[in-house]
Amino acid sequence: MSILALHAVTYRYPRAQEPALRDVSLQLDEGELVVVAGASGSGKSTLLRAASGLVPHFHGGEFAGNVVVDGMDTREHGPGLLAASVGSLFQDPESQVVMGTVRAELAFPIENRGWPAAATARGVEEVALALGIGALLDRPTSELSGGELQRVALAASLAGRPRIVLLDEPTSQLDPVAGDELVWLLRRLNEEWGTTVVLADHRLERCLGAADRVVAMRGGEIACDGPPRTFLEWAASEEPALQTPGARLFARAGLLPPPSGVKEARATLRAHGLLGDERADPVSSLEPKRRRREKGAALRFDRVWKEWRGGGVALRAASFAVAPGERVALMGRNGAGKSTLLRCAAGLDKPTRGRVHAAGRVALLLQHPGDYLIAERVGDEAPAAALEAAGLGELSERHPADLSGGERQRLALTIVLGPGEPPAAICLDEPTRGMDRALKGELATLLRRLAEQGSAVLVATHDPEFAASFAQRVVLMGDGLPVADGPTAEVLCGGWYFATETARILGGAGRALLPEDGAEVVRRRMTIEVPAP
Amino acid sequence: MTYRRRPSPLHAARAAVGGAYCLALGAVALSTEHPLVLAAALAAVVGSALLAGLGLELARLARFAIPFALVVALINPLVTREGLTVIVRGPDLPWPGPLDITLEATAYGGVLGLRALVVFLTFGLYALAVDPDEVLRIFRRISFRSALTATIATRMVPVLARDARRLADAQRCRPGAQVPRLAVVRAVATGALDRAVDVAATLEVRGYGAARRPPRGRRPWSRHDLAFAASAAALVAIAVATPLGGLAPFAPYPRLETAAGVGEWSLAGAILVCALLPFSDRRGIVR
Repeated sequence: MSILALHAVTYRYPRAQEPALRDVSLQLDEGELVVVAGASGSGKSTLLRAASGLVPHFHGGEFAGNVVVDGMDTREHGPGLLAASVGSLFQDPESQVVMGTVRAELAFPIENRGWPAAATARGVEEVALALGIGALLDRPTSELSGGELQRVALAASLAGRPRIVLLDEPTSQLDPVAGDELVWLLRRLNEEWGTTVVLADHRLERCLGAADRVVAMRGGEIACDGPPRTFLEWAASEEPALQTPGARLFARAGLLPPPSGVKEARATLRAHGLLGDERADPVSSLEPKRRRREKGAALRFDRVWKEWRGGGVALRAASFAVAPGERVALMGRNGAGKSTLLRCAAGLDKPTRGRVHAAGRVALLLQHPGDYLIAERVGDEAPAAALEAAGLGELSERHPADLSGGERQRLALTIVLGPGEPPAAICLDEPTRGMDRALKGELATLLRRLAEQGSAVLVATHDPEFAASFAQRVVLMGDGLPVADGPTAEVLCGGWYFATETARILGGAGRALLPEDGAEVVRRRMTIEVPAP
Repeated sequence: MTYRRRPSPLHAARAAVGGAYCLALGAVALSTEHPLVLAAALAAVVGSALLAGLGLELARLARFAIPFALVVALINPLVTREGLTVIVRGPDLPWPGPLDITLEATAYGGVLGLRALVVFLTFGLYALAVDPDEVLRIFRRISFRSALTATIATRMVPVLARDARRLADAQRCRPGAQVPRLAVVRAVATGALDRAVDVAATLEVRGYGAARRPPRGRRPWSRHDLAFAASAAALVAIAVATPLGGLAPFAPYPRLETAAGVGEWSLAGAILVCALLPFSDRRGIVR
């Protein structure tokens, strides 16, 4: 039975030149878990907003065609009425929490539907249990971490058991562990409650394994609609940027069919006798040195502590050094102390004990690049020469708010780098949130160029694929101090969560992190396995 | 300055009762001009805050409240032409006349400042100790949209404060001269609009647009509900009886006349006892 149907939907936002959706027709059956794929600006979010009724009721604009959700035509039923059947979760959890406590937040959508008090209380308890947030029920929402907020926002969207739930990049702010947990939680809700799940995400390797179907968007149109394997075959020829690392590994090694997840990939390799017993060495060799006193370090943390007044401990004697021109990825779960360490490096926070030594200025790009942009035109934010060097010269008359996500980040980076000599160290905090693969590739290239100019680059990231693409070394943080520190290939080969998909597929064989290296390992094995004629 | 659940008898009381208690404290301050009684009301508010674990927050609030009260206290002697005891003789200006400052106007300015301070801190206590979500639930039965708008507006305050802190941090990361504070304020104000649009979209998808009247919840009255309700009733009785019964008289003009006898001291004591007694029972204060 169809739960969501779009018929020839074309939509243009107010004042936009081009339509965000073009003649989109789509039908989703009840109980499906559908992943919406596509590059930034391809129309994924607009498709979800059309299904929730926000397009056109909330955003306005020009709308043609019709969308029917659970038997309700969105032309006649606004988002408020559709909310009885549709739960929605957007990217930024901070803007999605409207009440003071978690309990009130979960009760709010149920009360809006007029449920009796007892049913509301039961609904709150059930959804809290389902999402494992029972302990948070009486916590103020203002005190929750990003990961907790996202989980609460998801619970609020599921409260009252909607028949379909729409999620727009729900894992973008979560660490790999929390991101994987969220996807499998959605799969469980889908299987146990029969809830239809529509999930838009850039990290396809994280969610394809759980998907029944993939809808790929390109330029506001549906470019592909089919099971994960069909999508991956289409992506290989039509949109390689949407291929998962596993699929790229298989394509480069000349293997078929493209795998939708690690389990499937390993099964195929095993069937072909290509999955060796080789495993990464245990990470004991990566144990961080207690104290590094490298001479000439661009940035050195010397037993840095950060203890919050009346609160917990963010850093516990964290010690390591970064050499000039070195590219280091700082990884670890949410709350491990990554952001605090970067803030201490740039002098935004002062360590309560220990010292940070820098060989010069430390530039810091925080999580929201938009926070740096306060002028009315791009040209007023940075000198013309710096804008030209960043490839933003032609945009100098534009308003910063009109820039794309990638352009905004480049502009913010240009601002913090400043004129004159490059800084001794450049720190970036979660720079790839909400970025597609192409933009991540551009950023990795830019960081390599900055390192070549002599600056140490230290990037806090949750994205192992991005870390593998730019970093020479990974420092893994846990509970306020480095718990592993070593070359990227060593650290990201030995884990389950802090590992690239290629490393997980190959079990760390050959220290291969990226699909290209992994394909080389597989090809070598194929050569060995095939007997000479 | 936002609500956070704490282990205190006032936080354990239901929002309707907590709100009524704070209103009753404010009513006491508004019902009298006697300095001793006002001082007792101030002591009651400060004592309540301390016993509710809100001393630090109230002290932070006092940094704004005390200058405000001082301004109120200073304006009265400058603009009032009443009172017989001149303490400072000012110039004789053509339009406003002689700018003499009298003891009576100065004393009455002090009373008005003290009253403003009590009212200011009482509202602070309300904001810190009464759950806004519960208040919203109460008022939604009467006027859903107005209540929600008011509550969301208050909820935006901490969100915007966080945005402002983030923006200020980002500006500190700029090399060279610091960005003027005004530019940061303007950026926060611009961002507030985006935030409001995002929150409005969330409200829509949570069913706010089609909201029905929420159901009446049944919750048994706890010992703290009863204690603070009784305290609020007693304080309201004092607030009503004081002017009606001519208790604690205070006449600033033409010559300052006030009494500080047994009646006034008893009234001040009664206010303190009524306001602080409910805090003596600390059973069942952790949710």
